[in-house]
Amino acid sequence: MNKLNFLQPDKNNLYTYLYTGVILIALSIFIVFLNSFFNKDIISFLPGSISFFLPIILGFIGLHLIRIDYSGLKFLDSINKNINTNNFNAFLSLLIVFVVIKSLPPLLSWFIIDANIAGDSKDVCTGSGACWTYIKIWFNRFMYGMYPNAEQWRINLSFIALAFLGCIGFFATEKFKKYLTLYYVVVYPIIAFFFIFFFISGGPIFFDFSYGIIAAVISIIIGFFIPSKFKMYYFIIVPITLYILLKYVFFYEELIELGKLEALEWVETGAWGGLSLTFIVSFFCLIFCFPIGLFLSLGRRSDFPIIKYFSIGMIEFWRGVPLITVLFMSSVMFPMFLPEDMFIDKLVRVIIAISLFEAAYVAEVIRGGLQALPRGQYDAAKSLGMGYWKMHILVILPQALKLVIPGIANTFLALVKDTPLIFVVGLLEIVGMLNLAKTNPEWLGFAMEGYVFASVLFFIICYAMSKYSYNLEQKYKTER
Amino acid sequence: MSDKIIQITEMNKWFGDFQVLKNINLEVEKNKKIVVCGPSGSGKSTLIRCINRLEEHQQGSIIVDGNELTEDTKDIEKIRAEVGMVFQQFNLFPHLSILDNCTLAPIWVKKMPKKDAEDLAIQHLEKVQIADQANKYPGQLSGGQQQRCAIARALCMEPKIMLFDEPTSALDPEMIKEVLDAMVNLAKAGMTMIVVTHEMGFAKEVADEVIFMDEGMIVERAETKEFFANPKSDRTKLFLSQIL
Repeated sequence: MNKLNFLQPDKNNLYTYLYTGVILIALSIFIVFLNSFFNKDIISFLPGSISFFLPIILGFIGLHLIRIDYSGLKFLDSINKNINTNNFNAFLSLLIVFVVIKSLPPLLSWFIIDANIAGDSKDVCTGSGACWTYIKIWFNRFMYGMYPNAEQWRINLSFIALAFLGCIGFFATEKFKKYLTLYYVVVYPIIAFFFIFFFISGGPIFFDFSYGIIAAVISIIIGFFIPSKFKMYYFIIVPITLYILLKYVFFYEELIELGKLEALEWVETGAWGGLSLTFIVSFFCLIFCFPIGLFLSLGRRSDFPIIKYFSIGMIEFWRGVPLITVLFMSSVMFPMFLPEDMFIDKLVRVIIAISLFEAAYVAEVIRGGLQALPRGQYDAAKSLGMGYWKMHILVILPQALKLVIPGIANTFLALVKDTPLIFVVGLLEIVGMLNLAKTNPEWLGFAMEGYVFASVLFFIICYAMSKYSYNLEQKYKTER
Repeated sequence: MSDKIIQITEMNKWFGDFQVLKNINLEVEKNKKIVVCGPSGSGKSTLIRCINRLEEHQQGSIIVDGNELTEDTKDIEKIRAEVGMVFQQFNLFPHLSILDNCTLAPIWVKKMPKKDAEDLAIQHLEKVQIADQANKYPGQLSGGQQQRCAIARALCMEPKIMLFDEPTSALDPEMIKEVLDAMVNLAKAGMTMIVVTHEMGFAKEVADEVIFMDEGMIVERAETKEFFANPKSDRTKLFLSQIL
């Protein structure tokens, strides 16, 4: 046996060092574990400060002993490489492990062991842990806000339909792939708009728009078979005729009179709320702020002074004011500038306000990507005879947007997390509903549960978005 | 007159206060190969960038294939489609495959059907001997291959004139030859070419005329043999003695 040198562990006595080290580390973790989970201090016979620091000293020596380069054991090498490269890192690693062990019992007991979920009133929550009953009872409100319970299927159906229509891209065959962009940029937002604003909102207006959409779809389908010479007239005359026929001749009046078809109940947007409102606001703001931001960023680089200074003005104005004041203005000041009899829905105003606000940020992010492209790309595109729009759509934007995916994702995440601010105009999405619920006299004192619940939901949404953006980045990576 | 494809008269250009091109007069006939040489900063690149209006000139006139270059954008796009250009830094589109790089402009600018554009692209890629790389991305190719692809891309627009802006300056010595070979083949096929280059071997082999520029002026213009055998101005002699 070679001589043991405890200051300089080496490969010759690998197992001696390894066993001693592992025993010391295990001992230190065991001491902390007992202390944390069972409240037993087995080293309390030692003087105060030594007993406090003993686990970390033991673990530290143990980690020092197992720090052997190229030991040949895969697991040991990977530990040494990742958490045990030098004394300082070993110390930090130990500290993290101890903090995790120390904080597990209280967390577990609050979340699970001492928590209550049974029952349907505040009285069952006797334990010291979380009262999940509160979330359970209020779940419907947290999801749908003040939307009438009997009508909630409309929200569910809309969301399922939109999710399904959104996934169509994954199943498209090669033949339809080239229409996908058109579908996602034009058709899908229109369908989404229809579903959310007329189906969820309901009322007679729902039928009006249903007929409009049906008329448009039918006329587009027939339009494929019409000779191009007549198309101009066709697309003006036929949809309007169809709409009038549908509304006044075939369906509406008679059917409602006959009682066969009742209009969906009108639910004003003030009653919408909860997580579904978070989704609605985020979704529309996302799809509106992106194109607006894109045009602003191009406008800022334009050669035409009017467009350029208009874009700069827009960007700097919206970046310069806080979102909360923008929302406040949109609901209090804006209606004053409108004609007496004109009315724009509160939710629509909020969506426009947030879209413009975020568009300014998106514009600057995209401008960063445009600046990053070498001038040669512009020269090459121009030298091939491309005009401004062809150059940007075919050459510049695909590259610039690819570069700014992380920045755009950043802005979008911020947008989703900014939506709770719409409470200033009286719209209550998930966090707004939480604030409302926690002041309910029957359910005082459960703010913590509510905020934890909301945090988890927001984390899931945002993490999914960030994962998706990362996937996009990988997908469009062509340079090596 | 009719076979003068490029006519530049009394052209002046400034960058700010600095005059880069002074009183340029240049006529190029169809199917001629012209090499432009000169020390760096002498305005060679700016001159050929003016020919397809990547730079705007402030005075004088440039007439390309019967069209004068003016502010009117529509005309300029038409002229650019007829004038191919190859850059020092290749400037391929990195987000598109080699084949798509070549078919992009024919499909979207010339409205060529996709199938025809691809056939044409393959044909030109074969000419520069990289048809086997058609589905790779520019980032996966060597500099010489990228530059040959850039030549094929320009050719796919079936231009009447080809401009080369120091096509071999950013390449390793080994790769220069493959690009020059492609250019020699192109010259032999009868293309009108204006080439800014320091490759005097290439000039001797294919050029009909050589232009020597210095400080924004055309110092000397002569038939190739004449230019190398007995240059007239002292500045040219000095330049040639340093470069050869």
